[in-house]
Amino acid sequence: MSTPHESDGYLAHAPGYVANDGPKLITSRFEHSDSFTLQRYLATGGYNGLQAALRATPQEVHQQVREATLLGRGGAGFPAGVKWGFLPPGKHPYYLVVNGDESEPGTYKDRLLMERDPHQLIEGCLIACYALGLQQCFLYVRGEMALAQERITAALNEAYEAGYVGREIRGSDFSVDIVMSQGAGAYIVGEETALIESLEGRRGMPRLKPPYFPAAVGLYGQPTIVNNVETLSNLPWLLTNGAEAYRSYGSETSPGTRMFAVSGHLQRPGVYEVQHGVTTFRELIYGNNYCQGIRQGRELKMFIPGGGSSPWFFGEHLDLPLEAKPVGAAGSMLGSGAIVVMDDTTDAVKAAWRVVKFFARESCGKCTPCREGTTWLEQILRRILDGEGRPADIDLLLDIGDNISPGPYPAAAHGELEAVPFPPRQTTICPLGPSAVAPVVSTIRRFRHEYEAKITRRDPIPVMAVPAGAAL
Amino acid sequence: MKPDSASVFTTDNEARAVEIISWFPRPRSAMIPLLHLAQQQDGYVSDAAMRRVGELIGVTTAEVKGTASFYEMFRFEPVGRYLINVCTNISCLLCGGEELLEHACEVLGTEVGGTTSDAMFTLEEVECIAACTEAPCLQVNYRYRGRVTNTDFDRLVEDLRAGQTDIPHHGVLSQVHQRTDAEHRAGIVPPEQAREAPVWISRNSDTQAGD
Repeated sequence: MSTPHESDGYLAHAPGYVANDGPKLITSRFEHSDSFTLQRYLATGGYNGLQAALRATPQEVHQQVREATLLGRGGAGFPAGVKWGFLPPGKHPYYLVVNGDESEPGTYKDRLLMERDPHQLIEGCLIACYALGLQQCFLYVRGEMALAQERITAALNEAYEAGYVGREIRGSDFSVDIVMSQGAGAYIVGEETALIESLEGRRGMPRLKPPYFPAAVGLYGQPTIVNNVETLSNLPWLLTNGAEAYRSYGSETSPGTRMFAVSGHLQRPGVYEVQHGVTTFRELIYGNNYCQGIRQGRELKMFIPGGGSSPWFFGEHLDLPLEAKPVGAAGSMLGSGAIVVMDDTTDAVKAAWRVVKFFARESCGKCTPCREGTTWLEQILRRILDGEGRPADIDLLLDIGDNISPGPYPAAAHGELEAVPFPPRQTTICPLGPSAVAPVVSTIRRFRHEYEAKITRRDPIPVMAVPAGAAL
Repeated sequence: MKPDSASVFTTDNEARAVEIISWFPRPRSAMIPLLHLAQQQDGYVSDAAMRRVGELIGVTTAEVKGTASFYEMFRFEPVGRYLINVCTNISCLLCGGEELLEHACEVLGTEVGGTTSDAMFTLEEVECIAACTEAPCLQVNYRYRGRVTNTDFDRLVEDLRAGQTDIPHHGVLSQVHQRTDAEHRAGIVPPEQAREAPVWISRNSDTQAGD
């Protein structure tokens, strides 16, 4: 295939990843073509974080993670150390479930972490299990990721053999089993309670919270920590170098680094590890070190800042830092670290339709507003694109959106729309349905004229006369 | 005809199934991995395989079918030797995914969802497969190809027809299996049998996780 050149910073053995001059806390081994082997891992400081953890008490390890303010990298951005503290005392066994079901449109950093550095993830799992007394770890990898499954399985076999996983790890009294498990094609399983259902051998449909907060009632009804792959992959570095060193990267409220997949109409799309909370969207999209601007010198039209679920951003948002709070205040979210950039040739309605089509297809069907609503949104957008739109369709789209995610915007459709409220209010168990509302409202708000142009373009179709008595 | 469900899996895969179940505190958790095992063996998940999976993990065939049908990777009828999944989600849409899919239809002479008459290829349009910077991208039996031009696609199809790739037949995912024996494991038991705090926690025991 037309592989991009190594001179552009791409690596033939790790398509998509682009090294830059910034700190490499979790991608440090990506440059090695054998980064996934135990040999390379041990030669590059591997399992030092585990050794450091084993020299400390479990409480001290947990405290380090708290002090580092390691924010969850899966989407919600909740501090891992605080999440860990939600385990109710004494209700053993506790479990660790690793969310490797990365499927959010535009997102891929967990896949690279699993394929390129599986031992780093395994070591992160071990550190979490040691700190919290978790008795077994389930590494749930997205079904479609055959190579990630293979690399993790091979790494687990090596790690067991070398005594890093299993009984009495490295001569200590710490013992834990890690098993690689798989999904089989269902986006919704990335939602943590749906993932637990799937891991119990059921249809992956979300559970109602409360009572099913995993930390309280999780896998097999036991307290369960569900962490994202990237979150756990930070732990080896953090334990090796300490919380203070970790906090020297990134910003005060978002320490460390973060991986972003930046795709779409770019000169140099790629997956980059960047300083968390410091780097701005503008630097990432236009910086020489990163994506080097819009393709062929074209103009930016809009971008998705945090995966398919996030409300869209425009030129005026470029100077926001890659940090949860300011992005949230501006009406969207950093989400899963996926930025999709669209230039001025992009059809806003079509782009919105494609994202909505995804949610319609992936709705699990448990909640009516989502099951019906996402389908209707998709069909209405489709007919607008096909030149069959009706004058009331814009209001109808907003009204259906309001049924899934009640907010001020349908009422405001006659005047200036409010920013998409985020996090969304929802009439559903999980945020999948509301996610489908984000692109619709984002594009109607900014590009209403594009919708109107498509709708008024419609040529009236004369009603065919049907002869009386004709069989229909 | 009364099918003998114990012979659905080969002897090796029957052993492999038992091994997979041993990694989980409850047998039912092996549901998806066992369905993958069946699909790996036969290229799809047969009714007989679902019956056998149910027997192995102690649930009814209906429960196995009910679960399997939720997940779109499981196929209940034979598909082509190579399942080609072309992504048209947002990043691929922006970079020519729809055009690539159209080209694929022409080259293979089949519609989306169809299988070629020689049973070599099944073509699907799929959602984001996490290779967005390499758009337009596709997977063949879940192996990635990125930045795929029409010419690349034609060559890929030729190579697959000629058997000149290392891509295994549909259903094979990881070709490595977890293989640690019981002696080296910490010990996997149902939750009812693991009510005690683990030893490295009780040793430090004035505090507990969750404090």
